[in-house]
Amino acid sequence: MLDINLPGLSLKNPIMPASGCFGFGREYSKFYDLSQLGSIMIKASTQEPRFGNPTPRVAETEAGMLNAIGLQNPGVHKVISEELAWLEQYDVPIIANVAGSQIEDYVYVAEKISQANNVHALELNISCPNVKTGGIAFGTIPEVAAQLTKAVKEVSAVPVYVKLSPNVANIVEMAKAIEDAGADGLTMINTLIGMRLGLKTGKPVIANKTGGLSGPAIKPVAIRMIYEVSQAVSIPIIGMGGVQNVDDVIEFLYAGASAVAVGTANFVNPFVCPEIIEQLPARLNELGFEHVTECIGRSWKADAKTAHYSS
Amino acid sequence: MIKKELMVVTKHEKIAEHIFQLTLQGELVLEMGNPGQFVHLKVSEGSTPLLRRPISISEINKDKKQFTMIYRAEGAGTQLLSKKVVENVVDVLGPLGNGFPIDSVESGQIALLVGGGIGVPPLLELSRQLVAKGVKVQHVLGFQTNNAVFLEEEFAKLGTTIITTDDGSYGYKGFVTDAIKDHNLQFDTMFTCGPTPMLRALEKLHGQKPLFLSLEERMGCGVGACFACVCHTGDDPTGTSYKKVCSDGPVFKAGEVVL
Ligand SMILES: Cc1cc2nc3c(=O)[nH]c(=O)nc-3n(C[C@H](O)[C@H](O)[C@H](O)COP(=O)(O)OP(=O)(O)OC[C@H]3O[C@@H](n4cnc5c(N)ncnc54)[C@H](O)[C@@H]3O)c2cc1C
Ligand SMILES: Cc1cc2nc3c(=O)[nH]c(=O)nc-3n(C[C@H](O)[C@H](O)[C@H](O)COP(=O)(O)O)c2cc1C
Ligand code: FES
Repeated sequence: MLDINLPGLSLKNPIMPASGCFGFGREYSKFYDLSQLGSIMIKASTQEPRFGNPTPRVAETEAGMLNAIGLQNPGVHKVISEELAWLEQYDVPIIANVAGSQIEDYVYVAEKISQANNVHALELNISCPNVKTGGIAFGTIPEVAAQLTKAVKEVSAVPVYVKLSPNVANIVEMAKAIEDAGADGLTMINTLIGMRLGLKTGKPVIANKTGGLSGPAIKPVAIRMIYEVSQAVSIPIIGMGGVQNVDDVIEFLYAGASAVAVGTANFVNPFVCPEIIEQLPARLNELGFEHVTECIGRSWKADAKTAHYSS
Repeated sequence: MIKKELMVVTKHEKIAEHIFQLTLQGELVLEMGNPGQFVHLKVSEGSTPLLRRPISISEINKDKKQFTMIYRAEGAGTQLLSKKVVENVVDVLGPLGNGFPIDSVESGQIALLVGGGIGVPPLLELSRQLVAKGVKVQHVLGFQTNNAVFLEEEFAKLGTTIITTDDGSYGYKGFVTDAIKDHNLQFDTMFTCGPTPMLRALEKLHGQKPLFLSLEERMGCGVGACFACVCHTGDDPTGTSYKKVCSDGPVFKAGEVVL
């Protein structure tokens, strides 16, 4: 009832933790058997080890949080030899999140990490600044995102998903450019750039000044973007952004996502992923579905039907 | 093992200006070990506030399956927490982190426990466990002002207790570091918890002796997964080595991390 096939990924269920919100799984493996998960989107890997930004790196917001972790990770070689090797004990396909500050970095990381046994797909984090075009994020200029996608596709041993940044005026244009460049799928959305100021200090509360907004506050933005993009492209979408419970998952599927990732909610409830997986069959039954795939794109598929009958 | 449990409020009272003492009951208490560990609390059922709040464990009573914490109700989350009454439940994740190493002092030795403000509570269980082990304890507890002082009697029962206030409205006037010097306090090991400037000063003055400090850092997950709470290690030639306050700490040996 829950199984789903996506490029490179044959998933027992459509639920997975989102990148950066689950480390490399070690911490949450103390709470439950990671083999229950559909997949794990591991924390971003870069070519060299990175410490990340100064602290404080997180701040709370209304129904959400800001983070500016700064892609802290031990570098792709250690990720492969220590983290991915450790994850091999679990029966779960891994989606490796790839980051860098120029195309060469992504190509380097993608080529190496895509060869790891348990990595079944890559997820390109295009929210990182492109040093060569002067620090603008890869994900804000369609041509640059397309160029990056092409370059990574050439070297990757597994299908490539590109993670869209919501910080753009036209998300559909971006998605299409990435699809045309050969991406196998999309993941969306990454965090929205935000800021908070301290009342006493008058200054930004996180050291990096701005941070990425995540959590329930961004769910409506994610739903809208997935709704628009899923109708405009023919590659599958893994949806994320504020998912907290089983009903949120169904809403994402309705919007057009084929699988759903849970991010910030893991911090609030470490058991959120297995809880959703357990509750999903009953909720689908109640809503009259026999298989989870029947939900995908229901929002606009229903619209299309109505339009047809009325014309 | 870390557990998540809806624990029951058995006692909740105001013990000083903005300071509350909360006792919770549940199976999770049986997992608690060294003092200095903390719990991560979800204070509301909904999404506001969204994140959990880290609060130190102040007393553990395994027989009654109860533990106590002391917190300052200031921001949105702790103010909501302060509204909980007896028989309400609180969503607790814990016990988290590594506490003070009791094994680092031996029976007959002297431990100096130095607390600042809301850093005082975790020292109470520490003091109890040290006394039970035969260690001689001394306490220097710093507060801002008279009506912010709490737990004085409880500490005094366990060993010499010097209270300091910043404004001199109660006890010794001045910083804890000055009180230690003026009273010429001698010790084998120091344990401390409080604001970072206080920890820095103590490390500078007493870092050559065994000194264990409990740190505070903004947290996302509390379990080591989000990398919100990292700090640089003392010996870090590459600039990339780190410790996570939530899962490697919050207690570190002096010099282990950069304050
Ligand atoms: C390991 C550890 C142990 C602690 N033990 C105690 C204790 O025993 N008693 C006590 O009163 N306080 C303790 N604190 C501080 C306590 O966590 C904060 O005062 C509390 O989170 C503030 O929440 P709020 O909703 O009132 O504040 P808000 O300002 O509304 O909180 C907004 C966000 O900032 C975070 N935050 C605010 N202040 C701090 C702070 N000082 N440290 C870390 N995060 C903060 C909150 O957790 C929340 O995510 C501890 C902190 C840590 C890291
Ligand atoms: C602390 C934190 C770290 C993150 N790190 C990454 C990352 O390394 N790579 C990435 O592509 N997205 C990262 N994200 C974004 C999430 O994967 C996700 O897209 C976003 O948080 C929205 O989902 P949520 O609202 O369920 O958290 C991070 C998010 C958070 C909160
Ligand atoms: S709070 Fe998430 S790693 Fe420490």
